[in-house]
Amino acid sequence: MSGFAVTTNSCEDGVSKISVSGYLDAHTAPELEKAFQTLVNDGEYKILVDFEGLDYISSAGLGVFMGFIEEVRSNSGDIKMCSMATKIYKVFDLLGFPSLYEIFDEEVQALEKFRE
Amino acid sequence: MTKKIQNYEIKIPAKTENLETIRNFIISATKSLDFHEDEMNKILLAVDEACSNVIRHAYHFKENLMKVNLRIEASRLTVTIIDHGKSFNPQNVKTPEMDKYLKSYKVGGLGMLLMKKLMDEVEYDIKPNSQNKVKLIKYIK
Repeated sequence: MSGFAVTTNSCEDGVSKISVSGYLDAHTAPELEKAFQTLVNDGEYKILVDFEGLDYISSAGLGVFMGFIEEVRSNSGDIKMCSMATKIYKVFDLLGFPSLYEIFDEEVQALEKFRE
Repeated sequence: MTKKIQNYEIKIPAKTENLETIRNFIISATKSLDFHEDEMNKILLAVDEACSNVIRHAYHFKENLMKVNLRIEASRLTVTIIDHGKSFNPQNVKTPEMDKYLKSYKVGGLGMLLMKKLMDEVEYDIKPNSQNKVKLIKYIK
């Protein structure tokens, strides 16, 4: 059990996708923070986070989303999430995070929501 | 026959890159317990949160040593995280009200709440300027 990777791609309709995989903890969270910071610096505020490859998240990982959500929403954007394994969703759910973030089973559903 | 008490311990520099080593230590030491994956994930996350708090709050990212002790008794698993850094009074740490927390886009301060939600018991034994202990207890069914 090791490693963490984050990649950023452009999707349709001006949505940027951050894909995370591996273990997101206090050690690896700064890498995700950097990816968010780069997008926000470029004025990219429609951000989809693809959790498909993520095996683990701690509160340090949750903190990254909390650190950017206000700025993103105040610029008419959003952070939406998709493809989360049940064990990851359970951590979000334990703290009530699904009331703040829209979480979709599939990427296509999230992209559709961005178009609305 | 009474089961023997098992004790395992790791002494490790308190730095974030060692969180993975600590998680692996917990997995390997609890192998015989056959915890359900859900329970195992809860224990791993609670230990991770406790250790992250030591690294950030007790040692302020200075690489002092921390100890993680794991004790298996017939009815319970106890993971004790021990440091000699800055002390705190757990009673003075406000439990975040999640509704307000989320609405005000706060960051951080969720570790202790998570530990409480994830484990059956959490105990703090704080000896100011000497030693801090956090005990995370999970009942074995």
